[in-house]
Amino acid sequence: MKRILMLGTAIGLVGAPAMAEVNLLSWGGAYGNSHLEAYAKPFMAETGTEVVMSDADNPATPIKAQVEAGNVSIDVASVEYADAVRLCDEGLVEPIDPAILKAADDGTEAMDDFIEGAVTECFVGTDVYSMVLAFNDDAFSDAKPATPADFFDLEGFPGKRTMRKGAKFNLELALMADGVPAADVYATLDSDEGVDRAFAKLDSIKDEVIWWEAGAQPPQLLADGEVSMAYAFNGRIFNAAQADGQPFEIIWDGQIYEMEGWVIPAGAPNMEDAMEFVAWTTAPAPQARAAEFISYGPPRRSAAAMVGNIEGTDQPMGPHLPTTDANMTNALGSDLEFWVDHDAELNERFNAWLAG
Amino acid sequence: MANAALDPHAAIATTASGAPDRLTTADGRPLVRALARSQSKARRRAFLLVAPLLAFILITFVVPIGQMLQRSFHNDGFSANMPQISAWFAETPAGTVPDDAAWTALAADLTASAEARSIGVVGTRINYDLAGSRSLFTSTGRKVRRGIEPPYRDALLEMDEDWGDPQLWSAMRGASSAVTGNFYLAAVDRTRDEAGKIVQVEENRRIYVTLFWRTFWLSGLITALTFVLGFPIAHLLATLPMRKSNLLMILVLLPFWTSLLVRTTSWMVLLQQQGVINDILVWLGIIGDGQRLQMIYNQTGTIIAMTHILLPFMILPLYSVMRTINPSYVRAARSLGATSWTAFRRIYFPQTLPGLGAGAMLVFILAVGYYITPALVGGSSGQLISNMIAMHMTDTLNWSMAAALAALLLGAVLALYWLYDRLVGVDNLKLG
Repeated sequence: MKRILMLGTAIGLVGAPAMAEVNLLSWGGAYGNSHLEAYAKPFMAETGTEVVMSDADNPATPIKAQVEAGNVSIDVASVEYADAVRLCDEGLVEPIDPAILKAADDGTEAMDDFIEGAVTECFVGTDVYSMVLAFNDDAFSDAKPATPADFFDLEGFPGKRTMRKGAKFNLELALMADGVPAADVYATLDSDEGVDRAFAKLDSIKDEVIWWEAGAQPPQLLADGEVSMAYAFNGRIFNAAQADGQPFEIIWDGQIYEMEGWVIPAGAPNMEDAMEFVAWTTAPAPQARAAEFISYGPPRRSAAAMVGNIEGTDQPMGPHLPTTDANMTNALGSDLEFWVDHDAELNERFNAWLAG
Repeated sequence: MANAALDPHAAIATTASGAPDRLTTADGRPLVRALARSQSKARRRAFLLVAPLLAFILITFVVPIGQMLQRSFHNDGFSANMPQISAWFAETPAGTVPDDAAWTALAADLTASAEARSIGVVGTRINYDLAGSRSLFTSTGRKVRRGIEPPYRDALLEMDEDWGDPQLWSAMRGASSAVTGNFYLAAVDRTRDEAGKIVQVEENRRIYVTLFWRTFWLSGLITALTFVLGFPIAHLLATLPMRKSNLLMILVLLPFWTSLLVRTTSWMVLLQQQGVINDILVWLGIIGDGQRLQMIYNQTGTIIAMTHILLPFMILPLYSVMRTINPSYVRAARSLGATSWTAFRRIYFPQTLPGLGAGAMLVFILAVGYYITPALVGGSSGQLISNMIAMHMTDTLNWSMAAALAALLLGAVLALYWLYDRLVGVDNLKLG
């Protein structure tokens, strides 16, 4: 909390508006780096507009603080889909006219080129990431786990598990492991029996789970041999496997994907430049370029084929993206309406369940 | 008046006002006024000296915290955007079945709020009390923008039958005034039922009271542990020759100066099942490879890591007090026939109390608000209330709830401070 307030203050102090400048708030780390390399730098080179980047734990929090305080210094921010919807409903971010978005290279209208739901009233998607199951190849010498059910099979695949400390993703995974088809997961969760069923399934491995809080923890726990399987963001697992040569394998069956993208805080100081930045960076080419830095898929159909090799190597990035066809066979799109509605309730229940 | 009597200058002033012609300055002015003037000048100067600091504290500390705490009982997300239905709630007693006037007011407010793009704020506010209602407001908002015809009751029920839910109306009634105690109720696992009576929330959602107790119990335990571990070290530091005690002091301060995250992560490396300590135990043959101890990602891990991190806050005040204790007192007690235990218990220990009080207070208050360490090493059983405050700040964005939990925590700490003052006396504190 203190960090966020300090950060908010720091951003407030730094953000003196100047001519032709875009203040971009991102997440830092490898993800922030993809924004810097694929969006900010080329945008500066082409338009001459300076992009000033800063980082936050979750950029949605400073946006709420700044807009409510009436002292906005952020022009564009990268936020999660659910936060974007919430901020939009509360009038904290500006509507973005879809007409400014660039058409695909073959002339397809932007709105037809983006995957479903990637452009909303106030939000333009930049990438698709997903929660995936992953395991340490060294932990299983014979049969390898391949499905969500295997994650809950402590006898067949012994070893501790690590999962995110929170209700989101875990309840969906538990239901899929319990035999609910991906398409019915949210309908099932909408009833009390469905939630009970998910918790009952989680109960079966509760004693063997280490709960992670920071995205960097699961690859660490896998690498240390502390856990044999992890439920984590695909980008983190990919980076550990790719950059650090860890023997991690991703199970795409049962992946839950979500989007991140740009929002423009209400009353942003450089509104026009911000709109230009959003339009420029969500064109197919920059999106495909960003996917070469981190294994998050572009939300534009025409960009998928343009993704080249993993930056700095000669291996194609395609097979590592959540949006690749082969990885989408049993995939679940995270239902943000459901989570914005039930976030607090289910998290309270989840924490009570944890403490019990 | 009691204070004035204690002030020596005021005492003179009182006498002077009784007999004004006797006490005057050389130029004939009444002494009381001259004195007041010269004193007020000095006071003003002193105030100007501290004014920058005061302003700094007010602007950066008191005002933001005050604003934050205000959210715990003041949330006008519903009442400001839904004025007509709020007025209807104000006029009717709790439990009134909504009549035509209510439905008309609701429909008008929903339309206006949807046009003003504030329907999300309204829905979010109701969602705090009744999960799942946010989407009811936003989806209805989208529909009423396309138009709504009377009779409004049937029109709204047609859009979504949840509008007839008495719980929804009860939640709206609760939110219809900006000032509300509902967040405090929720912070102690209570809620209001349809008739407005305060009841406990469903059993599987009761979490905050448990976590409050756990936070205070763990903080108390950690304080006791730092005392048990820190007292002998502080004594050693205070009694060893300078050269040796300086070396020892560096060993105490070095971890104190190291980043909190580094120390927490080091504990993870040491304590985890594939970690250093378990490896050594297995290597020595004390435990088998299959029986590695679970020392982290649970309450044990939280206690170990927090005790270590907070230890210097106990050692340093104890040390500073022990340095000043004259060793001849204990020697005198021994020469008068006291056993070493009696001399310690009756002579030495009571003199360390100011340091102990300060150390215990520092450790306890820091432990109550601890966040990062339990989040990283706490697992499921080592969660503290601060983790829930963080969740409401950053995940659910329900800042009113976060503020209510924080206010309760602050209140509890202040109550303990008051208790401490009554039992031990704050004057007895010695921080260094």
